[in-house]
Amino acid sequence: MARLFARNETLVTLILLAFCAVTAAIDPHFLSVPTLFDLLRNATVMAIFSVGVLLVLASGGIDVSFTAIAAFAMYVATKAMVALGFGDSMLVAILLAGGIGLLLGLINGFFIATMKLPTMIVTLGTLNAFQGFLLTFVGTALITQVPLGMRSFSRTMLVRMETADGSIVSLPVAFLILVIVATVTGLLLNRTMLGRSIYALGGAPESAARVGVRVVAVQYFIYAYVGALSGIAGIVHGAMARVANPFDLVGLELSVIAAVVLGGARLSGGHGTLFGTLLGVALVVVINNSLITLGIPTTWQNVVTGLLILIGTGLPAFRAKLAAQRAG
Amino acid sequence: MMRMDKQATPQPMARPRRPDPVRVLGSLAGTDMGRLFLITVLVFVVMSLLEPRLFPTRGNLSSMAFQFPEIGMLALGMMLTLLTGGIDLSIIWLANLSAIVAVMVMRQIAPDPAATGAWVCLAIAAGILASLATATVGGLVNGLAIAGANIPPILATLGTGLIFKGVATVLTGGAAMLGFPEIASGIGNGAVPWLGIPVPLLIFVAAAVLVAFLLNRTAFGLRVYLFGTNPLAARFAGIDNFAVTMRVYLLSSLLGAVGGLIIAVRANSAKADYGSSYLLLTVLIGVLGGINPYGGFGKVSGLLLAVLSLQFLSSGLNMLQVSNFAVNMTWGALLLLVMVINQGSLRFGRVRKR
Repeated sequence: MARLFARNETLVTLILLAFCAVTAAIDPHFLSVPTLFDLLRNATVMAIFSVGVLLVLASGGIDVSFTAIAAFAMYVATKAMVALGFGDSMLVAILLAGGIGLLLGLINGFFIATMKLPTMIVTLGTLNAFQGFLLTFVGTALITQVPLGMRSFSRTMLVRMETADGSIVSLPVAFLILVIVATVTGLLLNRTMLGRSIYALGGAPESAARVGVRVVAVQYFIYAYVGALSGIAGIVHGAMARVANPFDLVGLELSVIAAVVLGGARLSGGHGTLFGTLLGVALVVVINNSLITLGIPTTWQNVVTGLLILIGTGLPAFRAKLAAQRAG
Repeated sequence: MMRMDKQATPQPMARPRRPDPVRVLGSLAGTDMGRLFLITVLVFVVMSLLEPRLFPTRGNLSSMAFQFPEIGMLALGMMLTLLTGGIDLSIIWLANLSAIVAVMVMRQIAPDPAATGAWVCLAIAAGILASLATATVGGLVNGLAIAGANIPPILATLGTGLIFKGVATVLTGGAAMLGFPEIASGIGNGAVPWLGIPVPLLIFVAAAVLVAFLLNRTAFGLRVYLFGTNPLAARFAGIDNFAVTMRVYLLSSLLGAVGGLIIAVRANSAKADYGSSYLLLTVLIGVLGGINPYGGFGKVSGLLLAVLSLQFLSSGLNMLQVSNFAVNMTWGALLLLVMVINQGSLRFGRVRKR
């Protein structure tokens, strides 16, 4: 029992339930299927991002460039499909955007794994380089006529039902992408040597190298994987919005990192579970939603996110420090 | 300047003899600082050749002298945290918040911006004090989060940065806060009589000298370098890492707050999100100036050269009518390029030492 309470997931779940309870007490409509679907719809893109960020944090790095990769992949893929006229299938769009994201991720990987540069500063540089390149050389105009594949994707629903008052609520098929991404990543992290290597790398890079983890290869994989996931998240976002906006998404990175950190991943590496991460995303989405319901101005959102980062990282770090002091 | 640098290494035993000028010139390209100096001169010359009628003019030099002190102040603050192996991602947001508080206090005491007299001077002084007090609180929060709660500096200052930005947005409602007393903006945008040195530049030079003195001539500076090189070794050497970290983040916030005041006085207003691109620039300046982001190495003189060369580049690109997006891309690419080059020379340096 004590172990259950020491787990980060338990804490996050309790906070999540408390927030839901408070919001439900104020707004009775909160506990309903339409709200649930709304939250899931809002959380989809952020959750795909968060899965990638989890991998980076677990390996002891940080990535702030993934939103720029997503915007880049989304815009370039959409523009290419419109120009060359092969955008009838969403699968092609996803593969194309994922591929572009993967290539950009490899660029991050080169600087981090091969050149051994600090991840924060590298990705701060690539964030600006990718976005600057996109806006300078590819374009700044919105693409409002997105290809057919993306349009039909946004209209395809996983679940569609009618509520008591006659309005139709639905869960878009994009949610399925999240389920696939989460499942694949979960298997990767928990069932493969590669997953173990990622955690080992985050826990202690030197020891990981000594037990035979190929550090450079694993780092390349991590940043390429995150890049691919970001590209997919970008194209899903563009499809759901039915517009490719090159200025979109960048600026979201801190909220995503906050969510992953809240879910129990640590920047010092080696920690973090997929379940915790998804709980963290749920918490951030519910809190942002609740703030509006509770009548708190959206200007406070930054303060709340910042506090969440500090509490989410501070509590475990402080506990670890106390434990270390007790042990001498 | 070169001589000062040689002495700036944190090894009091190995203070070199004064090299003669000829040898200094000859070996200029051989040292990091010499290379940086040559790069700075090169950027200036290239920009002068590309825009001969606009760039090397008195007007442009003067406008550049007004522009770079604010980013220089922020870069000084960032440098201190980089030296300890940390980073202060919150610096620009705290700087803006401090400036907003300053303007609010000034407006409260002297509601009429056009007023003159002792009362307004009191309002200005109170505003400056309020901004420094805000920065002190912010710096202590950063320090406590990092040294007290053991949160990695990146995440701690990411979180506090969001809070500072959020509080600033709440205070102003997201709009620019106007109402600077005219005397204050007159001083801030003016130059020292007779000498013609812009006031912001004077403040920046004073701050740079102060930081250089702290780092090179005090026990605190030695502790910063030692802590940045190896925190564990520093602890076993009897250094109070908690106190060092607290002071570094406090100092960085105060330097940032002065930078925030300079930004506000130049823009004649304070806003929650002024200088959003400055985070990238301060890190770029630090890295270009030879400060090792893993901690322990870096000098103020390198930072000064880096600030100058980036100001030349930025003004030049502006005159060549390069778009903002392309400029941002240039900064990002430059940051990566400089780090790759530094990493290469650092590796060679280590091999040579052994």
